[in-house]
Amino acid sequence: MSNIPAELKYTKSHEWVSDNENGTVTVGITDHAQALLGDLVFVELPETGKTLEAEEPCAVVESVKAASDIYAPLAGEIVAVNEKLEDEPELINSDPYGEGWIFKMKLADPDALASLLGADDYAAEADQ
Amino acid sequence: MPFIPHTPEEIEQMLAVIGVDDIEALFDEIPTDIRCHSLDGIPEAASEMEVAREVRRMAARDSGALNFIGAGAYEHHIPAAVWELATRGEFYTAYTPYQAEASQGTLQLIYEYQTMMTGLTAMDVSNASLYDGASALGEAILMAVRVHRRSKSKKILLPQSVHPAYRDTAETIVRHQGIELVSLPVDAASGRVDPASLEAFSGEDITALVIPQPNFFGVLEETDALTAWAERNGTLVIGLVNPFTLGILKPPGEWGGDGADIVCGDGQPLGAPLSSGGPYYGILCCKQAHVRQMPGRLVGRAVDADGKRGFVLTLQAREQHIRRSRATSNICTNQGLVVTASTIHMALLGPTGLRNAAAASLANTRQLVERLAPRGITPRFSGEYFHEVALRFDRPVAPLLAAMAKQGVLGGYDLGQTDPALADTLLVCVTETKNDADIDRYVEALDNALES
Repeated sequence: MSNIPAELKYTKSHEWVSDNENGTVTVGITDHAQALLGDLVFVELPETGKTLEAEEPCAVVESVKAASDIYAPLAGEIVAVNEKLEDEPELINSDPYGEGWIFKMKLADPDALASLLGADDYAAEADQ
Repeated sequence: MPFIPHTPEEIEQMLAVIGVDDIEALFDEIPTDIRCHSLDGIPEAASEMEVAREVRRMAARDSGALNFIGAGAYEHHIPAAVWELATRGEFYTAYTPYQAEASQGTLQLIYEYQTMMTGLTAMDVSNASLYDGASALGEAILMAVRVHRRSKSKKILLPQSVHPAYRDTAETIVRHQGIELVSLPVDAASGRVDPASLEAFSGEDITALVIPQPNFFGVLEETDALTAWAERNGTLVIGLVNPFTLGILKPPGEWGGDGADIVCGDGQPLGAPLSSGGPYYGILCCKQAHVRQMPGRLVGRAVDADGKRGFVLTLQAREQHIRRSRATSNICTNQGLVVTASTIHMALLGPTGLRNAAAASLANTRQLVERLAPRGITPRFSGEYFHEVALRFDRPVAPLLAAMAKQGVLGGYDLGQTDPALADTLLVCVTETKNDADIDRYVEALDNALES
């Protein structure tokens, strides 16, 4: 069974979202998603400063068997990206909720966080 | 079972099942005004015998004449072994095989091709080839826009010294993608881009600069200075090369400080006959850093579970069978058969053979220029030329070419066809296939034409 931390928020497209409590969030892909993808070999990071709509594709993770888009969980602006992933994409496999974070964004509407899935709802999604 | 599965009875049965009266009714929902009702210029069906006769008649128009036309397609000696081997049953397919890894021989050949191309161009990566040089330029421009994410302008500087057909093709491929091709003028005296003319764009967001080498007029561009400007301006460099000339010329991977970012061109001069304009193949190479935006197939070398060498299609996550609409390109194949011939051709010639053929072409073209100089016929441009040269006459060249053709000599390409201001200028190419007697025949035919 994959690890789904209770304190995080989730999307149906398998991103996790961590509230940094300063108007920004950190985004990555879930343990469940990294397990499905297999060994990651490349991450195309978004550009810092880019403004995104909710559910807009903004990054790509590529594994030995597939390439998958990463979507902005909510509307906002990219404020940081995890450049370590350029050389070590496998960090997403080894530590999806920690060193494998992908980007941080400043939310257009911080209250929109509440609209994302909680851990139990995501666990039900991932089970399907 | 009949070879053609749809007999009239079967068609009727199928239509009856779906409740439609005739096949035409299936197309009802397409508005009549956008339907193509007839194919103008397409003749009635003909028998195999009639078609063979017509094709022989068309082929005969190509043969016999002594050819001095280049302008994008070049006549070179192709060793007999090349097509003898390329047309063996084991190789004889135009397509990258499905279940590619089951065809280790084909994959190894493509891997060898890629290795040779990276050697010729001094680039890190080559793909398995594209359709032709012109579409490779279009793909190179699309690729540059994807690679250079910081550049928002999607502006590409495209010199007028790029082959007109390539410019048209690139325009067709990119025009609905929000990409602007900015025409870069050619210096009228030198026949190439003046690097100083780029200063007008300094500081401006320009995504990429295309550098043709040699250019359409046969002139060598100042690749180092142009590349250096691009590097200063944060602009990517797309080298458009004739690979045959790279036996001698500085490879694009060494232009300027860091070299070109992407290299494209037509592979025809390396083992493909002229054959009325095709099939040829497109070359596409790039720096390692750009490889994930490269379109087309890539073959890589790997080891199997037992540690034995094997070849695989690699980086397939870029391709449309995996990435669908977000793939790097809709091209998921390559010009397999022509690339096979070309790889054998390059292997037979080797670096020395390639250099010798290029040097002989260069020397032959200079010899013709020297022979014509006493007649007051001289290069139109002051820029150095390779194996093709634009010669200026005191009159329009079209009638001269017609008079030479009557004597069995195809005297060159009338540049007035692409630019009326150059109606007095002839683009001539003398490859290694021509000997002294051929050059004598050229001069004689031209003298006759000038006198008539």
